Parts: sequence; C-alpha cells; structure tokens
Amino acid sequence: MTASRLATGGSAIDRSRPIRFSFDGATVHGFAGDTIASALLAGDVAVVGRSFKYHRPRGIWGAGVEEPNALVDIGGPRATPNTRATTEPARDGLVAKSVNATPNALTDRNAFLDRFARFIPAAFYYKTFMWPDWHRFEPRIRAMAGLGTVDADWTSPGTADQINHHCDVLVVGAGPAGLAAARLASGAGLTVTLVDDQQSPGGSLGHRAGEIDGKPAAVWVKETIDELAVGGHLILPSTTAFGIYDHNLAGLNQRHFNGRPDTLWRVRPRQIVLAAGAIERPLPFANNDLPGILSADAALAYLRRHAVLVGRRIVVATNNDSAYEVAGALAEVGAEVRLVDIRRDGMPAAPANVPLVKGRSLASASGKLRVDGVTLDDGTRFDADCVLVSGGWTPTIHLFGQARGKLAWSEARAAFLPGDPVDGIAVVGAAAGAVSLSDVFTGAGPAFAPLGQTKAPLPRSTGPEATGGILPAWPILGSKGRIWIDYQNDVTVKDVELAARENFVSVEHLKRYTTLGMATDQGKTSNLPGLALMAGITGRTVPEVGTTTYRPPFTPVPLASFAGARVGELMAPVRRLPLENVHRSSGAVFQEYGGWLRPAHYGGYADAERSIADEARRARQSVALFDGSTLGKIEVIGPQAAAFVDFLYYNTMSTLKPGRCRYGFMLSENGVVFDDGVLVRLDEHRFVVSCSSSHVSAVHARLEEWRQDRFGRGAVYIHNATAEMATLTVSGPNSRKLLETLGLGLSLDDADLPHMAIGHGSYAGDEVRVARVSFTGDRSYEISIRADRAEPLWAQLRQAGQAFDAVVIGLEALMILRAEKGFIVIGKDTDGTTLPRDLGVDGPRVKRQTEFVGRRSLFTEEASCDNRMQLVGLAVPQGEAPLPTGAHGIKRIDGRLRSQGFVTSSYQSPTLGRPVALGLIERGATRHGETIDTQHLGKISKATITAPCAFDPAGDRLHA
Amino acid sequence: MTRRYSALSLFKEGLAGQTGWQPAWRSPEPKPSYDAIVIGGGGHGLATAYYLAKNHNIARVAVLEKGWIGGGNTGRNTTVVRSNYYYPESVELYGLAHRLYEGLAKDLNYNVMLSQRGMVNLCHSTAEMEIGARTVNAMQINGIDAELFSPDDVRRVAPIYNFSPDARFPVFGGIWQGRAGTARHDAVAWGYARAASRLGVDIIQNCEITDFIIEGGRCRGVQTSRGAIRAERIGMAVAGHSSVLAAKAGFRLPINSYALQACVSEPVKPILDTVVLSPGCGVYVSQSDKGEIVIGGGLDRVPSYAQRGNLPTLETVIAGLLEMFPIFGQLKLMRQWAGIVDVVPDSSPIIGESPLPGLFLNCGWGTGGFKAIPAGGTLLANLLASGKHNDISRPFDLDRFASGRLIDEAAGSGIAH
Amino acid sequence: MQLFPCPFCGPRDETEFHYGGDAGNIRPDGADVPIDRWANYLYLRSNPKGAAREIWVHMNCGEFFVMERDTVTHKVLSSAALDGEHVA
Repeated sequence: MTASRLATGGSAIDRSRPIRFSFDGATVHGFAGDTIASALLAGDVAVVGRSFKYHRPRGIWGAGVEEPNALVDIGGPRATPNTRATTEPARDGLVAKSVNATPNALTDRNAFLDRFARFIPAAFYYKTFMWPDWHRFEPRIRAMAGLGTVDADWTSPGTADQINHHCDVLVVGAGPAGLAAARLASGAGLTVTLVDDQQSPGGSLGHRAGEIDGKPAAVWVKETIDELAVGGHLILPSTTAFGIYDHNLAGLNQRHFNGRPDTLWRVRPRQIVLAAGAIERPLPFANNDLPGILSADAALAYLRRHAVLVGRRIVVATNNDSAYEVAGALAEVGAEVRLVDIRRDGMPAAPANVPLVKGRSLASASGKLRVDGVTLDDGTRFDADCVLVSGGWTPTIHLFGQARGKLAWSEARAAFLPGDPVDGIAVVGAAAGAVSLSDVFTGAGPAFAPLGQTKAPLPRSTGPEATGGILPAWPILGSKGRIWIDYQNDVTVKDVELAARENFVSVEHLKRYTTLGMATDQGKTSNLPGLALMAGITGRTVPEVGTTTYRPPFTPVPLASFAGARVGELMAPVRRLPLENVHRSSGAVFQEYGGWLRPAHYGGYADAERSIADEARRARQSVALFDGSTLGKIEVIGPQAAAFVDFLYYNTMSTLKPGRCRYGFMLSENGVVFDDGVLVRLDEHRFVVSCSSSHVSAVHARLEEWRQDRFGRGAVYIHNATAEMATLTVSGPNSRKLLETLGLGLSLDDADLPHMAIGHGSYAGDEVRVARVSFTGDRSYEISIRADRAEPLWAQLRQAGQAFDAVVIGLEALMILRAEKGFIVIGKDTDGTTLPRDLGVDGPRVKRQTEFVGRRSLFTEEASCDNRMQLVGLAVPQGEAPLPTGAHGIKRIDGRLRSQGFVTSSYQSPTLGRPVALGLIERGATRHGETIDTQHLGKISKATITAPCAFDPAGDRLHA
Repeated sequence: MTRRYSALSLFKEGLAGQTGWQPAWRSPEPKPSYDAIVIGGGGHGLATAYYLAKNHNIARVAVLEKGWIGGGNTGRNTTVVRSNYYYPESVELYGLAHRLYEGLAKDLNYNVMLSQRGMVNLCHSTAEMEIGARTVNAMQINGIDAELFSPDDVRRVAPIYNFSPDARFPVFGGIWQGRAGTARHDAVAWGYARAASRLGVDIIQNCEITDFIIEGGRCRGVQTSRGAIRAERIGMAVAGHSSVLAAKAGFRLPINSYALQACVSEPVKPILDTVVLSPGCGVYVSQSDKGEIVIGGGLDRVPSYAQRGNLPTLETVIAGLLEMFPIFGQLKLMRQWAGIVDVVPDSSPIIGESPLPGLFLNCGWGTGGFKAIPAGGTLLANLLASGKHNDISRPFDLDRFASGRLIDEAAGSGIAH
Repeated sequence: MQLFPCPFCGPRDETEFHYGGDAGNIRPDGADVPIDRWANYLYLRSNPKGAAREIWVHMNCGEFFVMERDTVTHKVLSSAALDGEHVA
C-alpha cells in the first residue's frame, strides 16, 4: 500500500456513510462524497485504464474535468460509457469498468502493442495498409478502436429536461473570483446565476490556503453562497457551462446523480462572467505517463477534500510556485516529500521537512505498472511511489475562445490569457491570469461594470497570498526517451517532431496529424505543451504557432440532453384529423401522408390489399364516403383578390364566376408545377384556394410572400382556414341521393349545382359549403363544415349511407380511383422538373397576356426542348401484374442503357379488372400506342403507352 | 531520406527512429508566374493541381491557400463517399469520383482509408419506397451498384436501429449502395498535396487572394498577401467562399453560403458498421475507425460565413439521431463544428469558365463536395489545361441557370445532397 | 441561438424565422424579359461576407421584413417592415 486514506480530515467526505462499488470486478470502499477517482486512490488502485493507441497503463492524473486518463464505463440501468472517474460521484453499488482494456486495466492483453510503438508512430496508418487493400486491414484496426463500450440493452431513463433561463449575470465558476463577482453583481441589484462543475462551491478555496475578510476561506465561501441564496439568486452546482453560442447564449449541462438524466440549460444572460479557473499542466520527462504520476494540485485536492494521501515517498517536481503548498501539506501529514524545482532562484522557501533540489528537472520516471522512482537531469535518482508534477497553469478560457475572444500570450504566466474584450463577456480570476486572492478580487470588480454599480464591498484577502513565479518548462526537441504530451491519445514528443519533420507545422495540422488534443479531454492538459514544442522545433514563438479553434462542448455532454423531449412523435409531430377517433373506432388503419395521419383503409379484411380493393370497387358501385379534411382551404379576400389569384395561378382565374370552381396549377418561379387544386370563387372579392394536403403551409407562405411583396396590405387578405374546416366527401353514382337525405337546405339540382359549382346550406344550424368537384371521376360533393361540428354530420352520412350500401374509403382506395381517371398527385406523378406543358396543359403559356408566377421560365431553352418527360398512362399485357411504381422505361442508345422515364403510380383496378398506371415518359404524349421495355430491380417487362385516363374517358360519370 | 510509403519503409524508419521522412509537401516561396494557378488548398484545389501535373503534364502550378491546406470543408465534413445519384449527369460525375477514390490510396501512395462498408438511405413510407425503387432502378440503369433493401436487409446491416413498430419513422426499407462508405478526410488533402508536390506543384499556404489581375478583359493573375502571382489560367475551388472571390472578380454566382454542422460522440467500441441516412430524422451517421459516432444533418437556417456550431440545429439533429438509434442516448457529444458550404438552387456543382475569361470555377458542391474531390479535381484540371469542357463537366456549366437545364437531384430522386 | 428582431413581435429565436433572399431583388415581369435578366433574378445572389441586407419572414406572425446583419459576426444591425414603418 502506498496511497491511502488518512484517519481524519476530508472536507467532502462523510465517514458516517460508507459505500461500496466495484471496479473491474474488484470491490472498492469509499465514503459518500468520494468521486470514483478518490475512492480508487484511497484503495491504492494505480492502474485505472489503458491509453487509446499503445494500451499503456493509465492512472489517475487530475481531480476534475481535465482528466485525460481515468475513464470508466458505468454499467447498470444508467450505463454511460467513457465517464470521467474524477468528476463522477462514487455511489453504493455502482459498477465501473476500465475502458479500452481486456479483460481489465491491469492485465490488458493488448498491452503488447506498446512494444511496437516505434513502428506505429503518429499517423503511421497513412503510410501503410495500402497493399493489397485497406479493406484487408480495416476490420482488425476498427475492432481495436474506441474506448468505452455501448450497452446494447440500454433503455432511456426518460427524457432530459431543457430549461430556458434569463438573468442579468451568468457567473461560470464558484471559486474565489466567481463568488466575488456574483456577490458584487448581487450588490448591484442584478440577478445572478452561478454555476460550478463541482458538487460544492469554492473552487481552489476547497483545498488551497486562504483567508478572506478575516475569515477562513471555507467560512467565507459558505457565507457568500448563503447570502446569494437568500438573495434569490440561482446557484447550480454540478453544472458545467459547455458552450457559448450566438448572441451570448450559454449552454449548461447540469448533472443530477440520482438517476435523472442531465438537464440542458440555455441561458441568455446580459453579461457572462467567466471565472473558470486554470488547469495544471504536466511536465515533460520520459515515461511521464506512468500511473502514480499526478497533477500536484490534484494531490492536494484529494488530500484536503477526500483525506487521501496519494503516496508515502513523494517527489514533487515543478517549475512554478504553486507546488510548494502541495509539498508542504503532504509533508505535514507524514509523507516523505522531496521537491525538485527547475529554477535556480526566485522560488519560495522550501516548506518544513521538504528537501528542495534547485535547478534540476526530471529526466525520466521508472516503473512498470506504476512509478517507482525518478531520475533527474543530473543523473540523481530518487525512489518514489508517487510523483507529483506542476508544469504551470493553463487558464480555462475555452468559453472565451468559443465566443471568438482573441487570446494574448503572457510570457510572465507562460500561458494564453484573454485578449481584447468581447461584448457581454468578462474573464476574471485565474482564468484571466490572476494568482493571488488580492489580484483575483481586484479583477472581479469590473466584471459586470456595463450593467451597474455595486454597493457590496470588494472582498479582501487577509491571509498569505499565492505567488505566480514560473520558469517555462516546455517539451523540447531531441529529448531522450518517450515523453507523453497527450496521455489519452498517446502523442509523444517524438510524434510532434515527426509532424514538424513532415511539414505538419500548422497547429491545426499538428492536431489532425498526431491527434493531439482530439481525445475526450479535448487536450485540456496537452494542447499548450504540444504547440509550445512545435514552436520550439520550428523556431517560432508560441503565439506565432497559435492555438487550435476552441469548439464546444467544453466537456462531453449527453446526447440525450440535446434531444430533450423531442422523442418519438414529439420529434416531428404529425397533423391529425378532427375525426381521427371516429375513424379509429371504425377500424381505420392509419398511415402518415405528407405529415398528416390519415386512414389508409378501413381494414375490413386482414389483408390490407383486399380491403383497399374492396373499398375502391364499392366506391364505383354506389356511394363512397371519404374524410378529405386535410385538403387546404386558404381564403383570399380583398379588392385585388381576382388579380392576385391570376398572378398566383398558371390558369386565368379572374374570369371565374362567383359560385364556380376551376382546377389549376400553381407554379414555382422556375416554371415547375408546385401544386394543383381547385379554386373556388365565393363572390367578387373572395376566393378559396384548395391545395394539396401536404402543401398547405408552403402554399400559404407563397400567398403571403406575394401578397406582401407585390400587392400590399390593402389589396388582399389571406386566411388559412384549413384546420378550422372539416371536408367530408361523398362520391359515386348515388352521392346525390345520399346528400338529399341530409336536408342541407340547398338545391342539389344539377341546374343549380352543376359540376364545378358550389352551394351554401346548413347542417344542424351550422353553415356548410358544398362543392361539386371530383377527384374520383364520379359525381362528387365535398361538404365543408366547422371542424368541431363535423362528427354528427359524418355519423349521419354513415347512417343514411347504409340504405345505399355506402362504403367508407381510405386514402389508398382514393388513390386507385383517381389513377383510373388519370388524375395526378403533385410530387408523385410529377417531379421537380415537371412543367405544365408536360402534363398536357399548354394553353395558358401560349395565350395568357397577364403576368403570373413562373411565366418567363416556361420559355427557356430547356422548357422548349422536344424530349421532355410527359404524363402518360401505361398498360401492361393482358394478365400481367401491375407495373412496379418506380420502374423505369428503358432504351439502349449507342450501346448504353438509358432511362426513358418512370412509372409514378400503379395499381390493380378492381373496377376495370386490370392494372392501371401513370408515368412520366420521354416525349410520352406523342407516343400513345407504343410499347416500351421497363426495368425494375433488373427485371424487364413490357408496357404500352396510353392516354392517362383509363376509366370513363368521356367523363359521363361526373353527371350520372 | 524515405520517399515512398509502405509497410517496409515504415518498418525501416521504425528501426531508425522515424527520422528519415521527408516533408509531405514542400512549402516554397511563390514564384512570380505559373502556367496555372489553383486558388484554394482544399481537396478539390489540391486534386486539381495533382491532375494538372499527372494527366496534363502541367506542373508549373501553384496552389494558393489562404490558411492551411485541407482546413476548409475538406477537414470539416463527415467523410462519406458515395455515388447513389439519380440523373445520368450526376452519375457520370460522382461515379468518376467514386472510381478514382477506389484507386486513390495506391495512386497517391497515401492511405486515404477508403472504407466501403456500405450506406443505406432509409425509406419511411410506401411513398418513399416507391421513390427508392425509382432511384435504385435509375442507378442500376446508369451502371451504379444499388439495391432496394427490405426492412430485414436494413436490420442485417444496422441491427441497433430503432425497429420498434411505434418508431416515429418506421423502416419500410432503403436504398443500399455497397460501394459507399467513408474515407479519411484529412488524408485526402494531404495525400493529394504530397503527390502534387512531388510532381512539382508549389503549395503556398497563408497566401490570401486580395484581388484579381484583369487585363484586356481576361484574368491574368492574382494579387495576394504574398505578392502578385501571374498565370494565364486560373481555377478557383474555394467552397463556402466562392461568392467572395466572385465579387472580387466582378460577378455574382447562384450561391448562398450556409453553415453545415457536424459533431462526434466520444469514441466507443464498434457498434455501427455502415453509413445510415434517415430522411425522416434528417440525419446521417457512421462510426469512424477511431470509434467516434460521426453525425451530420441539415443546413443551418441562417445564411452565414461563421464556421461555428450552434444549438438549434444541433438539437434537431441529435433528436433525430436518438430516434434512429435510441441506445445512443447513453453517449455524450464530444465535439461540434461547422463548415461553410455553397448552396446552389439545384444542389449540383458549378464547373466551367466564369464570366471573367481565364478564371475557371469549381464550386457549388453544397454539402457533398468531399465525395466528389477526385472528379472535381480531374474536371477542373481538364478545363485549365484545355480551356474546354469534356462531356462530364459540360452539363455543370454556369450556363445551365439561363437555359433552365438544372440538374436537381432532390427534384428527381428525393435524395438530398 | 440567434435573436432576430421582428418589427412586429420584437426579439425572437432564429427558429421562428425563414430566410427570404436578398433585399432589393426586383422581379422583372413579362414573357420576353431577356433570359439573363430573368436568370439573374431567379438565381444570382450577392451572398456577402459581412454586412448583408436581406428579406426575412417571421413565421409566427407571417410578416416579411428587411433585416441588416453581419454574416460573419451574426450581429444584427437593423430590421424594418417592408413599408419601412415598423422598425425594431
């Protein structure tokens, strides 16, 4: 045993609540308040995982979000692969497993790969595996990849909450700087939201010495938090600000640890105060990746928060002042500590009982599965069961970078600091390069200055002050041994040298070529040493090399947080019919059509095809009832309404008489048929645009656009009444007789209500509009009524229909009926190139004198060419099955197979007793009678081109 | 010095400490003039230079890159390579690219890791299956491998998909292209750069175009942040920024720039073998050889030149992803980013001479430029070398907007680019 | 998430808006408009990097308006109704 739990102390743990969990199958003991990492350390578990590439043993490095090594898969009902052990609370009964290790971290069978490391340097895979073929090698390499394992039996614990939140000031980080800024902002009467990624506030004050306003730091932290809470400010522990997006929107990831999914907060503050602290860097020396080598600051945090002493014989190596406190604290609790500082002078006094070696750095560490000693650059060797390093501090300015803040290099701090200010963001504390508490507090003063003057006093540091002395210790060219820069992705100094040698000297090339900083920790500890090394190799300064782009998220965020409640139907809600429940009780089988959930058929038979055929056959025999409520009903009202519809439609519509209807196309400006439908003229200045169900919103948007762009507010008013009105269709030879039983109070006489006319009546006191338009080819009546009053009308239609053997039909039967007639469905029987001419409607193009949407595009070279795809009917030889929809007409031209067009709709017609089909075929309108080859999934069959209409071509049934 | 890449050279260099490798490409000072200049050091620009040297023996070529090569959309895309297109013109173009990709590693002596693990475009309704059949038939007629998948076929290639009957977008089947897959995007840029540099092409990074040199109505060179550089033929392949250069050259293009976002999860052990696209969920997804789940979706709503991710689109895309693969609900997002793409009305590229004689365009690839890199390079090289279209590039000329002869795949097949 | 100022409804999330193209792209009428002019209207865009003047529609209220904004920084400079009467 080397690492151990001390008998007393530990501000975070509750010794009265012991817990047990398993790691790689072994039992680990801890206390409530432990993280997985602190409990593992307390149990002296040195090897907690394996690195990505070489499967080197990996131990715990840090105590927070920067952790590159200690990733575990959490099993059980809330499985989460790749969980950082340093930020995950240890829970009783938790099952954790090391990642990228088989069977476990200690005895990983892929550890042999490290022996071949010299042959597989950075980017080796680009240089080999080409012969005979990458596909031969890839499966095995793929199988090696990845870290954690996805649990295939995982089920969602429920949807993640997403909360939108507004406040004056969002303070990121509840360390000394953040707490001071929050308190000052509160004193200015501003609303504050304070977030911190730790479970308890305080940041570095939780383990570093300090006295504020004459009180111990812990007391000041508690008082400040209490004061903020009493002031009604929002304090979110265990919450990480992971991104700053457009217009200063901050994304927060709040963790709960009680089985609940994390919460996503979208916070829109007036001012963001970044007080995210700084992250300690490693030092470069050979084998600096061995388990047992930790961040010095992390060791102090484990000691003071969790009462974990990370070793007995400890070497603390540093290039800066911050490690002195660590060395002193460890010596105080009885560890044998030796301090090695690369500086010869200018450092603080060595702590009591800590021998200090000046002007020396570590050359290498030794050990196999954990460190057992170090050798200095003068050859001195010290045995050690733990090595703590501090290579200086990297301010946590990721969010500032995400917000496009420019960074400024500070030689004094050996770090990038925030440069020119960004609107709405202030950076304070260690993130801004402050070291002493006095500097931290002074810097926090102006953090929200744009928003107000504070009445709260600035906190004062009344204890010993930290100092920030540092002598940079970057990895350098030609160092001996294997020196790790990126622990997780196994990027060493030699890899960076190789990248430089091969001209990957841009910092982005360096990142991509070596994968430096691309691991799950996103290079929090490795980026700066890596680019400093590249600077040294290429004779540039660090700022000349620059940093890679800071990209969200700062720490990984559950995918489920982004999805939130948009799961299942809520991901893309369907539109529903007013009578949906009525149809359901009638046995309707629903399908989604163009965003609407509609009855496909009424499922009279187990076999859908038979039900559909039966509905289509019976519809022709007597009378069919159909819920056509999805049909668009957009009213166009106003003094310019007639001119407006003329402009919007391809066909002239202003000549339509009140009370009459006309079928027409709407085109896009590129001339393509965008929608078709019937326009109703109610009176001189009032029209109703009927459009395809799936196009209602798009048609409405177009009408609005042209209204506002071309006609003006006073000329036309547009009202989309689609959802307000249900439309019930009665079609078939007996439709009129059925309608007569309803007593709608209007004359159904053909003289009064001929085909393509409308009438007004009432049903149970509600106005109804009856339109004689037909999509079946039979006499049809579309009855529109207030949606909330449609149910009794539908019920009566069904009741009265029994006398006529009426059949309720779904959309599938309707599709057969209209295809028999050669009636098209836009988007099915047309595509994004179909012009009106291709559908046989060329009159308006030639004749119209007034302007309309898409007009000029009907006269382009392409619109005028003679090989266009045109709407046709297609017949198959007697006895053959229907052509598959999607089959192509084919022809061999110059030895090459060419498509001649394709089948757009195809059905077995129960009425005709043979298949009917529509298609778009090259020059089809001129080729009626011609037989062509069609191909579907490699199978060839014959089809004869016909006119589109296969049933009642004279149209007699409209009037029958 | 080790020139050629192979297992043997890697082994030898391993023994020698990897110290003998040469720069992958040279970084010379720009010369005052070249036979041809290619603006843009992304995949298309570098490929153009390579094919100019290789196919046309024109090696006095400079590639001028504003930043670092491969730093635009080449390094930001989701690396899908496919040729499942509908119209014969598209098939010729993307089919050429696909074939060249299949031989690219050997051609460039650089492993671009073309991984042909297949791609399925799902169909979520009977109507989509009909369009799927139409597309598969068109592909087969045009000589491209394609199959119409049943739900069981989909289950075979993507067993972890959400096959629940109450899934928001149930699986009716799909369009399968077995030769589709992914390639390592950075390697494509670097491989072309290395091969082109070997053939004598000068790759000039950190060289921004400030203006065009126009004399006698022709483009005769460029002013750059590193001085004037002249050439009689100049090509531009600057996806996302085509309009910006066009404005400098005095013309407009039928292009809007939009951000296209992508993101990756943390790396996990292999769980998804193929590329899966769901039009209903608006997501395409694959798993990289590193183990990350690579996620792409639709364009952002707002035209933009800001190469950064945002929340609204990300949330929509992730919601779609979890609808497709509910078990990915246990994963975490590791990184999100965005590239700026040229969005053209018909979503097909623009290849041909610009309104400024002597300046040739390779732009407008929308969200699908990566898969076309070898073809884009081949065709622009041909234009720069000969001044003329070949049969493959001709339909993609800028003149199609006036003639009305658009090539709109979405119109024909419903497959978004 | 960007905030766009609808001249009628005030600042709203970008997801409520739809892009409507360049401001000032006037439609030429007539079947005999020169084809280049028609194609320019239909397809050519200035697509500026930086300050842009664009038509947007706020889908919730249905109103089109002109917005000036920066396409790189995403800073919104102004927005006004088509008739210029309402300014946000």
